[in-house]
Amino acid sequence: MNIRFYILRRIALVIPTLIGLSILTFSIARIVPGDPVGLAAGPRATEEIKEAFRREFGLDQPLPIQYINYMTGLFRGDWGESLYTRRAVINDLRVYWPATLELTTAAVVIATVLGVPAGVISAMYRNRLPDHVARVLSLFFVSFPSFWLAMIFQTWFARDLGLFPIGKRLPVLVSPPAPTTGLFLIDSLVQLDLETFLISLRHLFIPALVLSFGAFASITRITRASMVEALEKDFVRMERAIGIPYRVIIFKYVLRNALIATITVISLNFGWLMAGAILIETIFDWPGLGLYAVEASLSLDFQPIMGIAILYGVVFSVVNILTDIVYGILDPRIRYG
Amino acid sequence: MAESQDKRKEARSARWENIARGLYRFRSNRLSMLGLLMLIFILLVAIFAPVIAPYPEDAAGKTRVTARLQPPSTEFAFGTDKIGRDIFSRVVMGTGLALQVGTVIILLATTIGVTIGAVSGYAGGWLDDLLMRITDIFLTVPALVLAIAISAALGKGIINTMIGISLVWWPGFARLTRSLVLSLREEPFVEAAYGIGAGHMRIIFRHILPNAVSPIIIKMTTDFGFAVLTAAALGFIGLGAQPPTPEWGAMINDGRRYFPDEWWIATFPGLAIWLMVFSWNLIGDGLRDVLDPRSRR
Repeated sequence: MNIRFYILRRIALVIPTLIGLSILTFSIARIVPGDPVGLAAGPRATEEIKEAFRREFGLDQPLPIQYINYMTGLFRGDWGESLYTRRAVINDLRVYWPATLELTTAAVVIATVLGVPAGVISAMYRNRLPDHVARVLSLFFVSFPSFWLAMIFQTWFARDLGLFPIGKRLPVLVSPPAPTTGLFLIDSLVQLDLETFLISLRHLFIPALVLSFGAFASITRITRASMVEALEKDFVRMERAIGIPYRVIIFKYVLRNALIATITVISLNFGWLMAGAILIETIFDWPGLGLYAVEASLSLDFQPIMGIAILYGVVFSVVNILTDIVYGILDPRIRYG
Repeated sequence: MAESQDKRKEARSARWENIARGLYRFRSNRLSMLGLLMLIFILLVAIFAPVIAPYPEDAAGKTRVTARLQPPSTEFAFGTDKIGRDIFSRVVMGTGLALQVGTVIILLATTIGVTIGAVSGYAGGWLDDLLMRITDIFLTVPALVLAIAISAALGKGIINTMIGISLVWWPGFARLTRSLVLSLREEPFVEAAYGIGAGHMRIIFRHILPNAVSPIIIKMTTDFGFAVLTAAALGFIGLGAQPPTPEWGAMINDGRRYFPDEWWIATFPGLAIWLMVFSWNLIGDGLRDVLDPRSRR
């Protein structure tokens, strides 16, 4: 099957799931036993004011109509409006999303850079000291509540040692690079603004490091397991027999075979870390979706929450499709079908 | 009659032999034994909490205005918080709560997930398609995001948090159970049971599921720690347990404003969470080796 056709088919299959997701989030938002309108309109609001509120947000209409209105809005780029700030959700997402994307991507990169070699070493020294150390360390770190570890790291590395900034993406006085992607690292590089690049890298490092711990264990484990399996294949014995150096066998042949499973786990982790970012962001005052989501959920402001859930759903689906395409590049034996 | 009883005894003794072999492998894994010891310690703390805690009444929100924000001392081992409650007592009294929260979430999620997965795998056809599409919807969004949305909608509080997390936790169990049932469904003993006229429910619950127990139990164990972490995260955000409940996540949130000058308020509940999660992760890691020999060679 042609790869273009395969991608189109995958995208077509995602659509029903996303529609289901929109129905799910819509139902969650509408079973609210609390009174979001009362909360938003203020404690002194009369019944008339609340009624006007409901009419303005379309909450007086029957549920199916509300849902259809919401869906048509989604496709037109109107993702609703926050009950509180009165700002359009889509604009807020546009502002906050790049910050979360940058943080999550950085964390996934760190987890991969640390986790894959740890898995390779574990497999090479199977059931010996380095293997045990890697195993204990990864379980040790994944067991911490990330938000708590974030607090501790913030204090140690930023406050006491002064090695890193306390929080935010950039100091107040540094203006962010002109937004092309909204990712400060990429934007500043594109504009050859090395200073801003380094400053934002320093801001990014500690939050991303703490976030990456959540993914380290699973990436190490899967790399180790698939390396062990690949090491027992016949071709490895053959290559050793004809005298190819062990190192070359490991990195050129075995790792490549083992990476397929690892990549699945990395892409799954991308979604989990994107959610974990919500907690890390509250500690580092990182202006991303996390702070936005927490604020909205505490005040029963459901338009932003629905927006975030749908955005996460879309991103996760895209990541999954990309993963499948990467499989094919890594392993030509895989046929799309 | 006598013959069938013999057969049954034989099957039972074979099953016991498997369990005994598994236990042996688990015991020879020192890390998992350490995890088990840690968990036993945690259980003991939870059971004897009112005896261990010097000020058990602090868990219910008794205040001590004269002893606000005291650093750790012989009187208050972990110090006191902003209204003078003993952190040590509150951490100890919160142990049982954390265990309960994990247990409820895992049991609810397993019940929902195993039922859906078993029906889906056994029935096949359109019902399987429908149930798996619903499962997919839940898997498209990271669990934490949906858990926040559901808990927020249900209202703040520990019960609603548990419901919210369970409602997003089952898809993993559903997928796992479905795949197990799919392969077991083709086994000759299932066909035999069908042949002698056993009903579908009986086949699922008496013949298929008992053979799928091990992987489900491993998943329950490895998930337990993460369920506790997720509940603590919601408590930290402010959606979970409300004051004065001694829930660890909420206690960290409480101590956040005083960190790092009064570091003890947030530090000790965090370490308690870590101990609980670490012990479950160690046990889960060992169980995985016992039941899936391929994972550790």
